[in-house]
Amino acid sequence: MRIAVCVKHVPEGPSRIDPSTKRLDRSGEGALNHFDANAVEEALRLKGDSDTEVVAVSVGPQQALDSLRKALAMGADRAVLVSDDGAAGSDLVATSRLLAAALERESADLVLFGQQASDADGAVLWAAVAERLARPVVSQAMELSVGGGTVRVKRQTEFGYDTLEAPLPAVVAVSDAINEPRYPSLKGIMGAKKKQQDVLSLADLGVDAGEAGEAGSRTTVLALGEPPTRGDARKIEDDGNAPQAIVDFLAEKRLV
Amino acid sequence: MRFLVFAEQHEGEFVKNSLGVLSKAASVGDADAVVVGTEAGLAGGLGKHGAKVVHVAAGDALTPPLPQPRVDVLAKLAPDYDAVLFGQSVLAADVAAGLAARLEAGLNWDLVDVELQDGELVGKRPALQDSVLVEVGWKSKPGLALFRSGAFDPQESGGEPEVRDVEVQLEDFSTKVEMVEQAHAEESSGPSIEDADVIVAGGRGLGAPENFTLAEELAKALGGAVGATRAVVDAGWYPYSAQIGQTGKTVSPKLYVALGISGAIQHKVGMQSSGTIVAINKDANAPIFEFSDLGVVGDVHEIVPKLTELVRARKG
Repeated sequence: MRIAVCVKHVPEGPSRIDPSTKRLDRSGEGALNHFDANAVEEALRLKGDSDTEVVAVSVGPQQALDSLRKALAMGADRAVLVSDDGAAGSDLVATSRLLAAALERESADLVLFGQQASDADGAVLWAAVAERLARPVVSQAMELSVGGGTVRVKRQTEFGYDTLEAPLPAVVAVSDAINEPRYPSLKGIMGAKKKQQDVLSLADLGVDAGEAGEAGSRTTVLALGEPPTRGDARKIEDDGNAPQAIVDFLAEKRLV
Repeated sequence: MRFLVFAEQHEGEFVKNSLGVLSKAASVGDADAVVVGTEAGLAGGLGKHGAKVVHVAAGDALTPPLPQPRVDVLAKLAPDYDAVLFGQSVLAADVAAGLAARLEAGLNWDLVDVELQDGELVGKRPALQDSVLVEVGWKSKPGLALFRSGAFDPQESGGEPEVRDVEVQLEDFSTKVEMVEQAHAEESSGPSIEDADVIVAGGRGLGAPENFTLAEELAKALGGAVGATRAVVDAGWYPYSAQIGQTGKTVSPKLYVALGISGAIQHKVGMQSSGTIVAINKDANAPIFEFSDLGVVGDVHEIVPKLTELVRARKG
């Protein structure tokens, strides 16, 4: 079996939007989107001691190799990065096209995603990728098992708990409640450097420049502004008088 | 501007969030709605919220709340509209994203508002922990939009809609997922958190399940209901019916008191539209303080019993 895990390299620390490009500034330090670590962990759990191959796949700048190496250090077998100057600024439509093109080459039985990206707060990519791959998709998985050519998922929605089944090949997004991701061991970190890491360009994927980056995107950022603020927000340290301070605050707001 | 709104229903009840989006759409332009997975009987309720035409698609394959068959339905209708609008939910996000790929249509998410500027649709989206408000647009027709939970309140403005049945040929891959066991909305005991004016919610910072009595006592004193984070529900400390957040309830009480809650994004999306937010947490760097009106750095076990006493005394 082959499992592909889709991961994102996200900015670390305080982020900013570049006023000239109106895009998130991705030039600084970055890290593996922590929600994606749950997907990597789940792939490794499913692999266990079997000969299943786990491939970590990402779309992003060259620095995204750092996050792919983290996945390799955790135990993934191989990494694929789609990276091309022409891919910068891709929205959902363009990103899903690039990722689906990379996944087509892998013919994975199972494609896993984490539950959202911590930078863009997006929780949409898997459904767009599944559509392009014409595969069944299930999101918010909190328990997952594979057997007999099907994947079985227990998940939580706004209404409670569903159990779903889909035949492989399938796409599943896992919730962060599914597991506790392992920390890479020193041996894992040393070994990651030697594992296969392929970087693919748009040309390698056979995707036209007009179908990627801003040219291939169908949304646009028009302006950046100040958000409405929470009025007179305040923060206090409890010095023993916090209960009274809270009651005074509630009384002032006419809430008690 | 012609809008199509995905009117989400679960076992015959409309999701309030999607009714809010419908009301908003009807105030900006001409709004139609689409209901999938139930018979036409429900459609009249959508006219009340401003829908002129209600498209109804029903059938066995469309009954379970799964996204891919819904993409097939919306893909047939969407090309006649300028924009297709969704209220955020697990189901709606998966439908919207699948539709974006199917139609090569732009999708903007986490929007809190939408307006026309020179005849063009512009969405507003707080980003980077709500530190910046981004105005976004679309380069496709239709454009797709997902609105943050609680962005708009449902308004009653319209009358009887025209109901049209939709017949759709489903894609082979759209019918592959089988719903083995479907969640049913649970009956909870005590006051419903969705209607409560005051909510006292507890998180892992309470330390142990028995400490939920702190939240219950304070809620009782304030005349409110008790909520919980996903972490404590998963740990079995409190029932799922009290869960607030991305895969729980979305609430907007007048007062929200967060006890030992760090304020992870999954929790925030379920309560950020609350009127006044008071948070008590011993970690001064907890994200919840970034969106609280009053943040108190301190020990819930010390503060809450005294606070409950003071509230009781005040209410006499």
